[in-house]
Amino acid sequence: MAPQSSIRDTFFEECEDLLEALAEGLAAMAGGARDTDTVNAVFRAVHSVKGGAGAFALTDLVAFAHRFETVLDGVRSGTLDLTPEVMHTMQRSADHLADLVEAARNEDVLPPDVSEAFLANLDQCLGAEPESLDMGDTPFDFAVIPLEFGDDPAPKEPAGYVIRFRPLQQLYANGHDPALLIAAVHALGPCEVALDLSALPDWDGPDALTPGLGWTLRLTTQESETVLQEIFEFVEGLCSLDISPLEDAPVPADPLPSPAASPSPPPGPEAPPAAASAAPKSDPAAGAESAEARGPKPTLRVDLDRVDRLINSVGELIINQAMIAQRLQDMALASDDDVSLHVEDYRLLARDIQEAVMAIRAQPVKPLFQRMSRILREAAEATGKSARLVTFGENTEVDKTVIERLADPLTHMIRNAVDHGLEGPDARRAAGKDGTGTIRLGAAHRSGSVIITIRDDGAGLNRPRILDIARRKGLVAPDADLADAEIDGLLFLPGFSTASAVSNLSGRGVGLDVVRNAVTALGGRISIASVPGQGTEFTISLPLTLAVMDGMVVSVAGQTMVVPITSILETIRPAPGDLHRVGTDDSLLSIRGRFIPTVDVARSLGFTDPSARADFPLLLLVEGENQSQCALVVDAVHDQRQVVIKGLDSNYGQVPGVSAATVLGDGQIALILDPDAIAAHRAGPAATAAPRPPLFHADVHHGQH
Amino acid sequence: MTVKVLAIDDSRTIRSLVQKVMEDAGFDCICAEDGVDGIARFAEVAPDVVITDINMPNMDGYGVISSIRGGEINQSVPILVLTTESADHLKARARAAGATGWIVKPFDDETIVSVVRRVTGAIG
Repeated sequence: MAPQSSIRDTFFEECEDLLEALAEGLAAMAGGARDTDTVNAVFRAVHSVKGGAGAFALTDLVAFAHRFETVLDGVRSGTLDLTPEVMHTMQRSADHLADLVEAARNEDVLPPDVSEAFLANLDQCLGAEPESLDMGDTPFDFAVIPLEFGDDPAPKEPAGYVIRFRPLQQLYANGHDPALLIAAVHALGPCEVALDLSALPDWDGPDALTPGLGWTLRLTTQESETVLQEIFEFVEGLCSLDISPLEDAPVPADPLPSPAASPSPPPGPEAPPAAASAAPKSDPAAGAESAEARGPKPTLRVDLDRVDRLINSVGELIINQAMIAQRLQDMALASDDDVSLHVEDYRLLARDIQEAVMAIRAQPVKPLFQRMSRILREAAEATGKSARLVTFGENTEVDKTVIERLADPLTHMIRNAVDHGLEGPDARRAAGKDGTGTIRLGAAHRSGSVIITIRDDGAGLNRPRILDIARRKGLVAPDADLADAEIDGLLFLPGFSTASAVSNLSGRGVGLDVVRNAVTALGGRISIASVPGQGTEFTISLPLTLAVMDGMVVSVAGQTMVVPITSILETIRPAPGDLHRVGTDDSLLSIRGRFIPTVDVARSLGFTDPSARADFPLLLLVEGENQSQCALVVDAVHDQRQVVIKGLDSNYGQVPGVSAATVLGDGQIALILDPDAIAAHRAGPAATAAPRPPLFHADVHHGQH
Repeated sequence: MTVKVLAIDDSRTIRSLVQKVMEDAGFDCICAEDGVDGIARFAEVAPDVVITDINMPNMDGYGVISSIRGGEINQSVPILVLTTESADHLKARARAAGATGWIVKPFDDETIVSVVRRVTGAIG
């Protein structure tokens, strides 16, 4: 069949959930969980992937899922020991299953030898008797009762059949209607139907309620016996049935056993054991579970476009609210005026709606983290190291886009942590550590940001070597004297790589600079902390959402601009003695015994109007990557407010120093500054004294957004 | 009167497929996503035929069958089980539990429609 493509999409969406459940279950099992719920959930996930894949004729996927399922069935039934090797194979198989799903989604085919290898691994788990696992169920086997056809296995076009059919109690109980069966036979050709009352029970006896009606059908047809058998397929064992060719049909006395001789529960080996086996599985357990079955909350799947449209509208709503509030303020109404109160309500409501809408886009980082355990396994395998991933804060919710765009950087950092962070098992033991390294991946909310940490317990950064490499590559001046944090920061420079041997992993052409760019593009920051011998920790701090942020509205050279609150440490109006000139253009701010470079925002953005500069400008102390600080010179600070971010990229491309734009309450367009980029521009790639060009020429056309 | 089908399956994919095939064939199709949900829907909609998966969370297909067969209403409704295995022992087990018939996944449109017609006597 060719199911609609929307159902196909449903299948792949569902596969994502199933693979996630699979990974989660396997992780629990790897952690020692052996309870039936966990094992059943794992089994079901694979089973459902197989079931759906079958509907789309994804044969590779079906074949692999089937074998995987066989192993899981062995584990479930206890015929297969869950050794570490089996556990490992199952986790790798889950990874491969995900690959197969992905390939199927892209209408791609994986090289057959890869699947072969995984299949071989699964077979190995099953040991010598791969197919013997079904043995546990054989007592229920129906021992296929072939409907013998006299002595002649291949009849030469019989003109028809005589069918004697008498339902047993169970046939009625199972929801069959003899009339439907008779009608189906009748549909094959001319058919005489005779009601056979010979087996009616003794109405006074104990078997009075035993069904006794039977039918004898004389069917004339050219159809084969198989077609006839199919009609009775579902009632096999639930009735006495005799099919014989029309010619040599015996003129019957009564070939059927009388109901007295074959009492109500149907004969045959299958019924009692099957019933017995069904019992423990069904009611009591199911009933007990049903109480807690209401656990998962009902959900609704919504097209992402619709959510984004909603988010956009809410953004406009917030702007609209701000405009009204502004107008109202201009009208200088009394603060307890009715209108003012209503507008305040409006503001609160708008804020509520906004939060609710943002929550729609928020997703837990769990699936992302789960994917990382696979990356870790692969990286450990490729480097011959032993590593485990410990995650925490998986339920921290982050904007969907952030999660999606975090996948690549995080993947790289996990690989990096295994490849460069952790030592080999021998070196670890020599250092008195556990031979298996631990990488801790965590997420948490902290004051309007999401903090992601990746920490290894490896050897820590080798700073002398980093500095050496940076010098040799000309990334720093040969005589530069750098603080530890500055040395660590060198890792983020483009083209920096410490891999002494090109390992399997480092050939991927991604450096930490790419990671940093990805994080910066999300409005986030990344920093490193490292303790020799104890490990290295990367901290990524990200905004909760990409749609709004809290900003400080400032004036620079007559322009209104917004600085993200998250990067502002404090606002300073310096005393004359606090500023120290360095050279002609630069100056340092002296604060609490430290010197911090200042950056004239107007100048670095290309507004050259120094005459308008106040003598004692305001400074915004901002913190950039790696806790490096600088002070931004601005003309005035107006207000702190939430602003709706309007991307510039699609209209202007990337503008250095400016991350986006926004529309303020009075309808004015303001640029949102990127303090990191401005500060980095100040530092320059090699801290030369050469005059710098302005970051960009600020001929942004206001009014367009 | 239109035949009302209750499809119980924890897989969204399979539910969508069954529903589409049933509706294309001119039947009404109501879906439920596990056994417990299925039993609740069963009481609400009084279907003419039930199609249920076997392996489901909360209550499996055998549970659904025995719950309906042992229930107060509509006990002898035809119940079809969806199974990926064509193995005889599973069919036998479903039959012993009270299933009317089965549909082996992957199914094609015609098979499932014809099986539904077969056990309900629906015409067309």
